[in-house]
Amino acid sequence: MKKKVLIGMSGGVDSSVAAYLLKNQGYDVIGVTMQIWDGVSEENGTCCSLSAVEDARRVASKLGIPHYVFNFKKSFDKKVVQYFISEYLKGRTPNPCIACNKHIKFGELLKRANSMDIEYVSTGHYAQIVQPSKKTNNRYLLKKGKDSSKDQSYVLYNLTQEQLSKSLFPLGKLRKKKVRKIAEKIGLAVANKKDSQEICFVTDNNYSGFIQNQTKKNFKKGNIVDLQGNILGQHNGIHKYTVGQRKGIKTISNEPLYVIKIDTTNNQVIVGKEEDIYTHKLIAEDLNWIAIKGLEKPMKVKAKIRYRSEDAVCTISNIEDTKGTVLVEFKERQRAITPGQSVVFYDKDIVIGGGIITK
Amino acid sequence: MKKLYYFDNSATTKIDERVLKSMLPYLKENYGNASSIYSLGRESREAIDSAREKVAKALGCDGKEIFFTNSGTESDNWAIKGVAFANREKGNHIITSRIEHHAVLHTCEYLEKQGFEVTYLPVKKNGVVDIKELKKAIRKETILISIMYANNEIGTIEPIKEIGEIAKEKGIYFHTDAVQAVGNVEINLNELNIDLLTLSGHKFNGPKGIGALYIKNGVRIENLLHGGGQERGKRASTENVANIVGLGEAIELATENIEKKGEYVKTLREKCIEGILEKIPDTILNGDREKRLPGNVNVCFKYIEGESILLMLDRLGICASSGSACTSGSLDPSHVLLAIGLDHETAHGSLRLSFSKDNTEEEIDYLLEVLPDIISKLRRMSPLYNKE
Repeated sequence: MKKKVLIGMSGGVDSSVAAYLLKNQGYDVIGVTMQIWDGVSEENGTCCSLSAVEDARRVASKLGIPHYVFNFKKSFDKKVVQYFISEYLKGRTPNPCIACNKHIKFGELLKRANSMDIEYVSTGHYAQIVQPSKKTNNRYLLKKGKDSSKDQSYVLYNLTQEQLSKSLFPLGKLRKKKVRKIAEKIGLAVANKKDSQEICFVTDNNYSGFIQNQTKKNFKKGNIVDLQGNILGQHNGIHKYTVGQRKGIKTISNEPLYVIKIDTTNNQVIVGKEEDIYTHKLIAEDLNWIAIKGLEKPMKVKAKIRYRSEDAVCTISNIEDTKGTVLVEFKERQRAITPGQSVVFYDKDIVIGGGIITK
Repeated sequence: MKKLYYFDNSATTKIDERVLKSMLPYLKENYGNASSIYSLGRESREAIDSAREKVAKALGCDGKEIFFTNSGTESDNWAIKGVAFANREKGNHIITSRIEHHAVLHTCEYLEKQGFEVTYLPVKKNGVVDIKELKKAIRKETILISIMYANNEIGTIEPIKEIGEIAKEKGIYFHTDAVQAVGNVEINLNELNIDLLTLSGHKFNGPKGIGALYIKNGVRIENLLHGGGQERGKRASTENVANIVGLGEAIELATENIEKKGEYVKTLREKCIEGILEKIPDTILNGDREKRLPGNVNVCFKYIEGESILLMLDRLGICASSGSACTSGSLDPSHVLLAIGLDHETAHGSLRLSFSKDNTEEEIDYLLEVLPDIISKLRRMSPLYNKE
């Protein structure tokens, strides 16, 4: 009997082509669009709008596969949106896509698939899975997508061995250009749809406005201070700032200033010169290891400190007195290491593991 | 092809061969506009009149009281907006229930924005409108009561006769959305104080895109559509002759031996309900055990999502729904299930099966064979179930 796969379809090019490829590979493909968020206006047409559902349905019918809509609004709100908000309130800058992959796509959706006797889940992510062998220490590996400009392994570092064993990434070996070509060739109307960039539940990229709307909170004004604690100006709420940011810093100083740290305890934004935002070290927690079972001794790897950052050479080691945290020491100083973002470790194009930056 | 088990007759029904046959001439050679005076037009006119008589006969009213529309939704909109706008100087209050179809609820919400006041009556646990609450809600400004004949999700049949009497006594117009009832239960307008009644062709083996509104002689109502003088000046639009003919044929067939057919469908329903309740623990039957549509089964399986049940049934060729077809796009828990007091979690695990005369006992046997397995599989993976 054919193996069954549940594929998350957003109506976009990537997931549509992924569904097509799976079908060609002989899987019994079942398309699902996840309804996760209500607040999106139609014009923005991101992944959870009604038009996305319609696009996905149209693609599914073109491919001759069944299509269903699943409601994940409640868990998405709890696990992604509320997490996003609470992180910002703590002065951190979260990556909600990582949370969504962990809890929704490879969490809830995979669970549903399992309960329905469907062997695999799939998405249109640009990443590859290496099957276990002696060479991999019998572990499933997560590998960068072949198209390095589209690689999405960073947002998938939380996948467990169990999840990897049940996931399929049919686009892993393809370049985006080729994916668009396939979409055109098979006559998908979405072939020229532009890539989604922003966080799907926040329109206009206006995070602080979103947080204000959602929390209905009045954010307290506070001081903008320099590294020595001298007050340089005022801010309208720490949720408007992220490390490395230059915009929105109104001070008495004439030179360009950047956010270095957000101090929630004192409701302060600490700023400094551009050189001050470069640091050598970071600490990460909430770790997930893929290529190794756990970190036993210091390891020389490359790391990404945000989705689109370059890989940087570093050494990772356990911090003796705090279990479940690692110290990452970079060979060269890194710009704007941001608490709340994830750091992902690589050996060439293999994901070793990753965690969330605490400081 | 894989055998299809069609258990979603509340969503729509299969068109009857005889209905289709009656329609075909009007999609082919008899294409005349019913308003034209030459023979081709007159044939269409006659066909419409004859269909109108069939509808009137089936309901026990006069043909002049039947107006064809495009759908049940249109009929509901017309009845409620038409009565509201025509009787505005008399009052601005409307009474309806919390378990109405969205065609009624959203129309009422629209009227609220136009300055009308609406009372949404609560229902009892079995889905029956509370008559005491209804009486309490009546004000001197009340101009319309709109309560459905039978609920589309849980199948509960409302005390229409009683409500009609109350409305008559107080001089308030009474509209009922009978979309689920017509063709399934016997309705005799002579015995009921109903002023307006909505019906829809595709719910009783007729075509889609055709409905009718019964408007009792003398009811003050404004038009919804303005244009030509069709339907005696009350509903503009070139008549959809084929669909009207189909509706006439379908209602005639559906109401013939309606009681006997109902008895048969009821045996399927009972077999299904008993089988499910016996074989699957932690299951709740929604709606009233007795006062329900002959073909309606609505159950909640605790700890799981209706979506997953439907998907698995679909893969076995079983057509069912959770909630009504009109709301399943939204995937929010059904307002009907919430109104009868279910919590969100439970309401999510609902399954509606609606049978017709075309279903067989063997089909129910098959359902009862596969369903317990599906439910236990889904529950095994459910975090809610494992917590308990």
